Amino acid sequence: MQRREFIKKTGQAITLAAITGGTGFLFHNRQKSDYETLLPKLKNFEVAADGNLPGITLSRNENHQAALNAALDAIGGIKRFVKSGERVAIKPNIGWDRAPQQAANTNPELVAEMVRLCLSAGAAEVIVSDLSCNDPRRCFLRSGIRQAAEKAGARVILPGEDDFVNTDLNGRLLTVWPIIKYFAEADRLINMPIVKQHSLSSCTIGMKNLYGILGGRRNQLHQQIDQSIVDLAAFFRPTLTVVDASRVLMRGGPQGGSLDDVVVQNSVLCSTDQVAADARASEFLGLEPDKISHIVLAEKQGLGTVDYLSLGYKEIL
Amino acid sequence: MTIKTVINLRRISQVIFFLIFFWLILKTNFEVNFSPENLSEVILPYPVSIGLEFSPLIALATLLANGTVYKGLLWSLVILIPTIFIGRFFCGWVCPLGTLNHWISEIGSERISRKGKNRIDSNKYKKYQRIKYYIFFALIAAALAGTLQIGLLDPLSFLARSLGTVVLPSVHVAADATLSWIKSFGLSPISAAAQFFYDIISSVILTFRQAYFHTVLTIGFLFLAALILNRLYTRFWCRGICPLGAMLGFFSRFAIFGLEKTEGKCDDCQLCQIHCQGADNPKIGEKWHQAECHLCLNCQAVCPNNSLKFKFFPDQGGTRTNPAGTPKIDVTRRKVFISLGSGLALYPLFRSGDDFKANASPYLIRPPGSVAEEDFLRRCIRCGQCMRVCPNNALHPTFMESGLEGLWSPIMIAKIGYCEPTCTLCGQVCPTGAILELTQMAKVGDENTQPNRIGTAFIDRGRCLPWAMAKPCIVCEEWCPTSPKSIYLLDAVESDSQGNEVKVKKPHVDPDRCTGCGACEFACPVQDKRAIYVTSVGESRSSQNQILLQRKGIGKNNPNQKIGY
Repeated sequence: MQRREFIKKTGQAITLAAITGGTGFLFHNRQKSDYETLLPKLKNFEVAADGNLPGITLSRNENHQAALNAALDAIGGIKRFVKSGERVAIKPNIGWDRAPQQAANTNPELVAEMVRLCLSAGAAEVIVSDLSCNDPRRCFLRSGIRQAAEKAGARVILPGEDDFVNTDLNGRLLTVWPIIKYFAEADRLINMPIVKQHSLSSCTIGMKNLYGILGGRRNQLHQQIDQSIVDLAAFFRPTLTVVDASRVLMRGGPQGGSLDDVVVQNSVLCSTDQVAADARASEFLGLEPDKISHIVLAEKQGLGTVDYLSLGYKEIL
Repeated sequence: MTIKTVINLRRISQVIFFLIFFWLILKTNFEVNFSPENLSEVILPYPVSIGLEFSPLIALATLLANGTVYKGLLWSLVILIPTIFIGRFFCGWVCPLGTLNHWISEIGSERISRKGKNRIDSNKYKKYQRIKYYIFFALIAAALAGTLQIGLLDPLSFLARSLGTVVLPSVHVAADATLSWIKSFGLSPISAAAQFFYDIISSVILTFRQAYFHTVLTIGFLFLAALILNRLYTRFWCRGICPLGAMLGFFSRFAIFGLEKTEGKCDDCQLCQIHCQGADNPKIGEKWHQAECHLCLNCQAVCPNNSLKFKFFPDQGGTRTNPAGTPKIDVTRRKVFISLGSGLALYPLFRSGDDFKANASPYLIRPPGSVAEEDFLRRCIRCGQCMRVCPNNALHPTFMESGLEGLWSPIMIAKIGYCEPTCTLCGQVCPTGAILELTQMAKVGDENTQPNRIGTAFIDRGRCLPWAMAKPCIVCEEWCPTSPKSIYLLDAVESDSQGNEVKVKKPHVDPDRCTGCGACEFACPVQDKRAIYVTSVGESRSSQNQILLQRKGIGKNNPNQKIGY
């Protein structure tokens, strides 16, 4: 073997060996613990309390938009909650492939009216989204919310796999969960639940409606449903809870189906206190709010009061 | 019109029919708009199964198997009747799988065996080309006997199934993976550009959600094999396997259109053999096979001496050096009988197994509106249209759930997706009536009509949280779409490991109400193997596969009680 050939061949082998070994060391993970990821934080959605205004209002009217406007005006009007240039996220219940009269999803007229009100107050953008249980294409269409909210000027989002972002919910039970990212990006959160019976939590109204912002394995939350609901409520703390009690699903919830299970109440409720909102609304189902365990737990954790009358409860007929 | 123009027309025709077929598969998809009325029917805007309905083989085989030509299958006459007069124009001008094989065959090859003399030799008529006729006769006989296996190899069904359950879902995975890989660089202009292209591709090709199908490997492997064989022999599938090609060849027996060879001018350049698609021996001096010719007309176009000409009532020579062409298919009577016999034998062979009846799989949950199993196996061509269109990814090709006989026929796997109560799309796209078209009312039922049932839910008490682990959970009941709900809850007090009392609600299934939609199984939080699951018992299509002596409290027996969704 020639010296030249020897040097060349060994040199090539050494170079390849150096690259191979170097790659190994370069990518060697020396960290023992998991990487720490930076999780997005939510804005504070709430508005300051105002002693001159009631904390909870309810209006009855066969014209549901009028009922919403009356209840909202009595609690300070839209301008109290939405300022010019803010991004507003509205969270109706769009969980099921059901038509409006079946009362499984939030009344589309109310969602549309809320969108219009936010835009009239100068909102830069209004987003309407929910993670449906059934096929979202069907739910958003059948509920009438897609059509009505888009017509009113909202950006209606059917969340896809890429629309979630991990967040630390910082709860007693719930920690890191994926949430719909548009809610993390919003300045204001308006929760628009409908009042329905639920076999495990007795009722699903405002705080339970926040489930729809979560992704992931949320069917596990039922194992400790009270603490799950309260953790979500404590984390999101919406600007305003607008409860749709235009039609109330008395049985067969949360999905319903039969019109026999629906009672027309023609009512809309607004509250800055989500516990009070749920407490008052649960009475539509014939329940006693101080016996509903998640509502009681929420009060105990300081999220609000079951005694809604103490907030200057006002009914507009 | 010169022959070059005609060749270009053929190329355009191939491209157009391929694109139409592909587009129809893409549109076999839930992307419709509807208003929020309670009972509005959701109807697909295009007749998407029309691409399959043009197959005369599917029409003939289903006619033999179940005695009818279902709905749109009458369109197949548009292919069959002209074939009787002019030959296999479908193979050369229309068939999308033939076109795909054509393109893949024609990509330049480095293999010596695909060049020059070897190519000329490989394009000569070969005995393996008879195999397709034997396949055809065997499958036709099997259909007559009552087991429809034609869909495994019918080219349109083969292509629709492969594209719908393997190719398009794989493209979806690839597109998503590429996008997230590019985004991982963290360079925002590149990410934005990638997202832009992804959105374009997504709007055209990708479904709303990624679909995951059962047993894609078996389907994908055969599709890949069919394509790869083109690299060894030009259009191997079309020449040697395709039973539709065989059928059309068989029906070309009395064709009045064909190849006329003028011997005098031929200088034996062999160009016709180099470019022949069907291996039908266009060369002067060889016997031309009408039944093998795809009418691609390449031989006429490349012949430098104008020796070859396709025309009506051709003079097909018959001299010693230029033998007459033959309209007959090159099969022996004895082997045809053996094929027919083998096909007939498939029926007792399949049915003596336990899969069909004696030990039918409980997981054989057919789509809503499916006909009884005996009839189903006489209709289903495993085209995969129902699986492709199912918006919940609930329908899947079987592997062995209905035995080898029902390979790739549809079943619901509720763990992956449940049957959406108001959805009737699978019945709308089924080209053969294996799944009948249901109205939404017929599916969900009303006071006077039973809902369409596909099975019944059962609770696995050893895995259910309230039953076995003293944990509250009512998710199955929450998701149950019937009203009143088919899952009812009974209060119970259990003890946990510390001896503490835990109040739970234990789920129970009311078999009178349950339709087997599988929403409970889909939603159950016991992720790997669900604590509630659906089996086929109670399905509307079967009179035998039932639990209850009589369905009580619903329908005409008791008009006061409503059940429905």
